[in-house]
Amino acid sequence: MRLLIKGGRIIDPANNLDSIGDVLIVDGKIAEISENIEVQVNKTVDAEGMIVTPGLIDMHVHFREPGYEHKETIATGTRAAAAGGFTSVACMPNTNPINDNQAVCSLIKQKAKEEGVVKVFPIGAVTKGSQGEELAEIGELKEAGVVALSDDGKPISNGEIMRRALEYAQMFNLTIISHAEDLNLAVGGFMHEGYVSTVLGLRGIPSAAEETMVARDIILAELTGSPLHIAHLSTAGSVRMARDAKARGLMVTAEATPHHFTLTDEAVVGYHTATKVNPPLRSSSDRDAILAGLKDGTIDVIATDHAPHAREEKEVEYAYAPNGMVGLETAVPLVVSQLINQGILTWSEAIAKLTVNPARILGLPLGTLSIGSTADVTIIDPQQEAVVDTAKFQSMGKNSAFSGWKLQGWPICTIVDGQIVMQSGKILA
Amino acid sequence: MWKRKDLLGLKELSIDEINMILDTAVPMKDIIKRTIKKVPTLRGRSMVTLFYEPSTRTRTSFEMAAKYLSADTSSLTVATSSVAKGETLIDTGRTIEVMGADVIVIRHESAGAPHLLAQSVVARVINAGDGMHEHPTQGLLDLFTMREKKGDLSNLKVAILGDILHSRVARSNIWGLTKFGAEVRVVGPSTLLPGEFKKMGVQVFHNVEEALRGVDVVNVLRLQKERQKKGLLPSLREYAKIFGLDQKRLSLAKPDALVMHPGPMNRGVEIMPDVYDSTQSVVDEQVTNGVAVRMAILYLLMGGGTGNEIIN
Repeated sequence: MRLLIKGGRIIDPANNLDSIGDVLIVDGKIAEISENIEVQVNKTVDAEGMIVTPGLIDMHVHFREPGYEHKETIATGTRAAAAGGFTSVACMPNTNPINDNQAVCSLIKQKAKEEGVVKVFPIGAVTKGSQGEELAEIGELKEAGVVALSDDGKPISNGEIMRRALEYAQMFNLTIISHAEDLNLAVGGFMHEGYVSTVLGLRGIPSAAEETMVARDIILAELTGSPLHIAHLSTAGSVRMARDAKARGLMVTAEATPHHFTLTDEAVVGYHTATKVNPPLRSSSDRDAILAGLKDGTIDVIATDHAPHAREEKEVEYAYAPNGMVGLETAVPLVVSQLINQGILTWSEAIAKLTVNPARILGLPLGTLSIGSTADVTIIDPQQEAVVDTAKFQSMGKNSAFSGWKLQGWPICTIVDGQIVMQSGKILA
Repeated sequence: MWKRKDLLGLKELSIDEINMILDTAVPMKDIIKRTIKKVPTLRGRSMVTLFYEPSTRTRTSFEMAAKYLSADTSSLTVATSSVAKGETLIDTGRTIEVMGADVIVIRHESAGAPHLLAQSVVARVINAGDGMHEHPTQGLLDLFTMREKKGDLSNLKVAILGDILHSRVARSNIWGLTKFGAEVRVVGPSTLLPGEFKKMGVQVFHNVEEALRGVDVVNVLRLQKERQKKGLLPSLREYAKIFGLDQKRLSLAKPDALVMHPGPMNRGVEIMPDVYDSTQSVVDEQVTNGVAVRMAILYLLMGGGTGNEIIN
C-alpha cells in the first residue's frame, strides 16, 4: 500500500524540517520525504497550500468508557480525535471503575483496538481508586500498557503519597501527571476568584489553590529526581514556578489547554455551563502568562483536557454542572487562530507542542516523520475558515464554549498507520 | 413602555428602566393604603412562585402584590415539588409554563438559575434572589424607600454594612445606587468583603466608624450564623462588638440618617435592638414598599403602561 502526500509544507519539529515537498508512505511507514517524488502509488493526496505534520498527539483526554458511556465511548472519542486531526490520544483513568488495575487497562486497549479510529494510550491511576491514599499497582499497570500515571480530576493531597509515587514510578520510567489543586482552598468554588466571580455571585477558586500544589509538586520532583508533568496550567504563578523549575534543571514539563490560552473568566458571564472547567478559566493576566509560557517553551504541550458530558448534565444551574469542556475537534483551529495567526508561536513551535513533546513525555516512538517511523500524519488547511458547530461534532459531548465561533485553520486529513481515517471532516475508518 | 422580558438583576437595567419601576410603584403604594386593596388590572393573569430556598417574606410579598392586582397565584416550594424527585429546573419551569403561568418568580440558592430559567421558558421570569448574585426586587425596594425619604438618589451617601461577599442584596444595591451617582461605602470584616468590590465603583471599609461618618443611609445586612463555622469569623460575639450597629456608631452618620435592613434580623448581632426600634429605622416601610415595588414589576412585565391609569 503506497500513499503519496503531494506538495505540502512539511513541518516536522523533531527533525527541524520545514519545507515544501512530498511524503511517501509505504505499508504504514514513512518511506521518503523529498521535494518531488514520482512513483506509482495506490492513492495521492494533494496537499498544495496545506501543512503536513506528524500525527498530532493529545496527551490529556477523558474517554468515559468504561462506566460513563452516555457521555463518550472509546469509539466516539477516537472519532472526535480523528476529526480534530489527532492520531493518538492518552486517556485519563477516571472511568468507572478507575483504571488502577490491569483489567481496566486491558479493556480500554481492547476496545480501542476493536472500535477505535486512532491510537489510544491509557494513563493509569497513581493511587488505588484515585483516592490518594495507597499506591496503585504501578508495575502491573506498566505491564498492561499505561504510558503515564495520574489521578487527574483529583489531586494527590497527601504529600507523602505523592513523594512515594514519584519515587516508585521512576523504576518503570513512568511520568506522574499532576492535577495541582489544594482542595481546601478550592472547596465550594465554581470559577476563578476575582472581580467577575464577585459580580456574578459565584464562589471563586483562588489561583493559590493551584499554585500551592504546583509548588509542592515541584519541590517533590526535586527531592525525588523524578519527572513531573503538570496538567492544565491555568495561572501566572504556576507558569512562573514551572519556568523556574526548568531553569534549575528539574525534569518538569507542563501543558496548557486551548480554552485556557483563549478564554478568560469573562466567558462565564451569562452562566453558560460550557465554561465551567477545572481548573477554571482565569484572568486576562493569567492568560497572558500562559501565552508567554507557550512562547518561551515553559509550557511544552498543548493538550485538550477533552471532557465530554451529556447534554442534560450541563443544562442545569451553574453550580450543579459538572466540570469540563470538549476540546478535540476545536484544538487545531484554536491553535492556528489564537497562537499562530496572532504571532505567539510559529508553526513549528506549535506543532512541536502537539507532536514530539507529548511523545517524549509519554515515551512514545511517535510524533515524527522520520524515515521508517509509523506513518501517522495530519494535514491542516491553514486558510480554511469555519464556524464551530457542535451539532456536527463526532464527540457525544457538545459542551464547548466555542460554539458559534468562526475559526481559521482546520485539519482536513488524518492518517493513522498509513490509512486515511479522516478526510474533509468525514470519518473513513 | 417596558421592553424587557425578564427582571434578572439591576446590573443590566438602565436608569430609565429603574425610574419607570420606581415611578410605577408610587400609585401602587396608594392601592395598598386603600381600604379595598384590589384593582382588576391583572385579572386573568397568573404568577407562580418557584422557591428553592425558604423565604416567607419575599414570597408572601410577591403573592400579596399579585393579589392586589387581581392576578392568580400559585406557589411551588422545593420540598413539595418534583424537584425533590430529581426533576431539572428547566423541566420544572416548562411544566409550570405549559400550565399557563405568565410570570415565574424564582428564588434559588445557585447564582444564575433565573438566567437559565429565563432562557428556557417564554414566560416572564423574575429573580427573587439567586445565590450571592442579585436580589433585584429587594434592591429596587431599597431604592424606592431611599428616594421616598430622601428625594434625589444622586446626592446620597449610603453605607452597606455586613457580609458583603455573600450578599445579593448588597450587589443589587450597589448596581442601583452607583447608576444614579450615589456614593456607596461597603463595610465589613475583610473575610466577608474582598477588595474586588472596589471595581464595582464603591469604597471599601473595614472600620465601621470611618464608613458611617456623614452618611445618609445605613443599610445593615443579615449575618448568616454559619459564617463563623466556615472560618470566616471567630465568633458572633466579636462580630457584634466590632461591626454591630449601635447608637454610638449610628451617631456618626447624619442625624437624620435612615437605618435599613432587608430582614429578618439577628437583633444583638448585626443590629442592636435600640437602633432597630429608633425613629431612624425604616425597616417596616421597606416591607410595605416591597409590595408596591413588586406590584409595579408584575404590572410592567405583564404589559402595563406607566401605572398611572390603573388607580382610576
